[in-house]
Amino acid sequence: MSVIYLLISISIIVAIAFLIAFIKAVKSGQYDDDYTPSVRMLFDDEIVKKENPNKLIQTEKQKSI
Amino acid sequence: MDAENCFHCGNEILKKDEIVFDEKKFCCNGCKTVYEIFSQNDLTCYYDFQAAPGATPQDIQGKYDFLDNEEIVTKLLEFQERTTHIVSLYIPHIHCSSCIWILENLQKLQPGINASQVNFPEKKVRITFNPEQTSLKDIVYLLSSIGYEPYISLENFDEGKKKIDRTLIYKIGVAFFCFGNIMLLSFPEYFEVEEYWIDQYRGFFRWLIFGLSLPTFIYSASGYYVSAWKSMKSGLLNIDIPIALGIVVMFVRSTVDIVFDYGQGFFDSMAGLIFFMLLGKLFQKKTYDFLSFERDYKSYFPIAITKVLPNGDEESVQVYDIQKGDRLLIRNQELIPVDGILISEKASIDYSFVTGEAVPIEKKSGDKVFAGGKQMGKVIEMEVLFSVSQSYLTQLWSNDVFQKRVEQQHKNITDRISRYFTPALLALAIVSFIYWIFIDVTTAFNVFTAILIVACPCALALTAPFTLGNVLRILGKRKLYLKNALVVEQLAKVDTIVFDKTGTITTNKKTAITYEGTELNSSELRLLKNVLRGSNHPLSRRLYDFIPNQEKVETSSFEEIIGKGIFAEIEGNTIKLGSSQFLKTMTENTHKKTKVHVEINGVYKGSYVFNNQYRKGLEELFADLAKHYNLVVLSGDNDGEKRILEKMLPSKTTLVFNQKPEQKLQYIEQLQKEGKNVMMVGDGLNDAGALAQSNLGLSISENVNVFSPACDGILDATQFDKIAFFMQYSKNAMKTIYMSFGLSLLYNVVGLSYAVTGALDPIVAAIIMPLSTITIVSFVTILTNLYAGKK
Repeated sequence: MSVIYLLISISIIVAIAFLIAFIKAVKSGQYDDDYTPSVRMLFDDEIVKKENPNKLIQTEKQKSI
Repeated sequence: MDAENCFHCGNEILKKDEIVFDEKKFCCNGCKTVYEIFSQNDLTCYYDFQAAPGATPQDIQGKYDFLDNEEIVTKLLEFQERTTHIVSLYIPHIHCSSCIWILENLQKLQPGINASQVNFPEKKVRITFNPEQTSLKDIVYLLSSIGYEPYISLENFDEGKKKIDRTLIYKIGVAFFCFGNIMLLSFPEYFEVEEYWIDQYRGFFRWLIFGLSLPTFIYSASGYYVSAWKSMKSGLLNIDIPIALGIVVMFVRSTVDIVFDYGQGFFDSMAGLIFFMLLGKLFQKKTYDFLSFERDYKSYFPIAITKVLPNGDEESVQVYDIQKGDRLLIRNQELIPVDGILISEKASIDYSFVTGEAVPIEKKSGDKVFAGGKQMGKVIEMEVLFSVSQSYLTQLWSNDVFQKRVEQQHKNITDRISRYFTPALLALAIVSFIYWIFIDVTTAFNVFTAILIVACPCALALTAPFTLGNVLRILGKRKLYLKNALVVEQLAKVDTIVFDKTGTITTNKKTAITYEGTELNSSELRLLKNVLRGSNHPLSRRLYDFIPNQEKVETSSFEEIIGKGIFAEIEGNTIKLGSSQFLKTMTENTHKKTKVHVEINGVYKGSYVFNNQYRKGLEELFADLAKHYNLVVLSGDNDGEKRILEKMLPSKTTLVFNQKPEQKLQYIEQLQKEGKNVMMVGDGLNDAGALAQSNLGLSISENVNVFSPACDGILDATQFDKIAFFMQYSKNAMKTIYMSFGLSLLYNVVGLSYAVTGALDPIVAAIIMPLSTITIVSFVTILTNLYAGKK
């Protein structure tokens, strides 16, 4: 039954590791801005259009007043 | 995309200015250029995240020349090394996800920029760049050219690195860690499984729990001990005393319990209680990082200014280095930092920061110009009379009001309740102790500690933070930004509201002029403009500016009848301009609209209508407020508008004119001496003193991001007519708090009934505590939202 000492110790150590990780994260400033990252992560999916830039310059000549 | 609105900035397109480019419509060349920059760099995704996210770039020619000055740049940089510089810039325009996207892709627009990161709540962008390839000035120009002009002021220059206080988060982290683990380890005992192994390991579990509770007890709860100690020393009984007492008693009693093997103790409740209360603190700490409530002149003034050296060269100097006798160059839209004498022939200075009056004042060579004015138009030159710290405007800030910054003598609602709660609780504990001591000494101690534990006013302490925190958030959504939760309480207590006139109950924006009647042809317009040139009446000046430029013609006769109008002869035509009585027309002058009627050669043509410059909903608002509050209008202007205001506003309203900034301050002071609780609503720097003196200073701002003097709250100008609702809402919030106080006391009574009879099980405490917390939190959340919805 003394395995319970071992198991509980391990579980507490794991918990402490998470606590330390949390404190480190806060210290490094990850929690200072809790809005921007939530928006930023959505940008990665942008589709990079491989358009020919010449086309745009042409339209500029035609359409600019 | 709306066809009528600009693809880039979303403003309405005037037909004559419309520019079509790449099948998209733009309102002006600036917006088109930004679009061009983006499309050539493959950054049109900008428009995908949000429709019309942009701003029209402003003309900034020469405005940032001071960024050539090494010394100034060094002060602005956050980090500096040979190949890496880091700078944080405040950009007021940041408002949507498109902004984040474009600003984080700056490196695609300019080589030399390595990375950029946006902090949205603070509206800041942090740019890492290589100074060998680009410079801060180039970056600022780039940002300005895409419509994201940074705001650099003297304040940036002075502030050191801000230290962010994260202790509360650490404390919550630690408390939650302990709370969670203690709860898990407590479960076996909750169910009291009388099994062999539980008996065997009970000691181990209990001591482990004891160990886990130490960090919470010592570190997380430390704030409460300090606060309780302070309040005891100052003789005030605040809510932190019973809290600290409860925590300490809980800890000691639980330790005694496990040492003598009486039971499992209340460590679980203690950790939970601390965790929930810290959470409440966090909830209340709503801040608007992009707003500054403590602004003084520093945030208005530019960092550097162009100085003209005796040999004619120009040089950027720091504002603090300006000395008497220096010659300065002030460009269009630049703020005059010091008092001085105008050297250039003519200047037109907008003192709207100082007075709230938007119409620029004409100055001639040799006139005195004061700090705080903004030059409109050509570049001017001036000679300095005083240094920055001695100028009139900055002198205003040396007034005592700004120095002492009122050490909150205001007691918050929780503390007022606890003044009765704490003694009552102690009395009850002692009485029951004395009662039980005759029966059984051990039970007596148990009852005494149980009372203190169960009555630990967790729910009571949570009520106000959660309600007020919620109210702050709801008000913030409606564009009333309050400095902190205490302001809500003060808002509910106000009985007198003082309004500034110019800029507060009137708008700062130039009023639109419209013409009604028979269309005037170009020759008639020419005559009109020439007649108006001779008149100095404010309406004539405005009308003169309104009519497009015309050829100059001399008037042959000109007569101005004061208070009525102008009668003039020009090129053989007779022109009559003025009020309806003067022209004997039928249309009447209502108080809402000011009209200038036109008659040419005896034929009535029509009238120019100057639209009402009072804010929308002013009359209704005042009528509403007058039912509950004393209203005062303080104005720096002369009493020219007295009659109009008297007609518009409720008769109870006190109107005071010709008030200088110091007099406004004194007026408020006088009201306070009469025992009034004064709220000041103002806008310009001229109200700054009054705003600071009043019990609650509310600043009205057309642009919340940039200009507002030091105050307790900032209200977006578009929400002006909602003031009555905000006042009512704050009162309802207080009502909510009282109701939920009642509720939490009910829980206390239930808990105490267990405690006094000596039957408090740890499990009962562990159930009552979170249950009361949850009830209170949901109760106040529902109620505050309910009140907000009801209008």
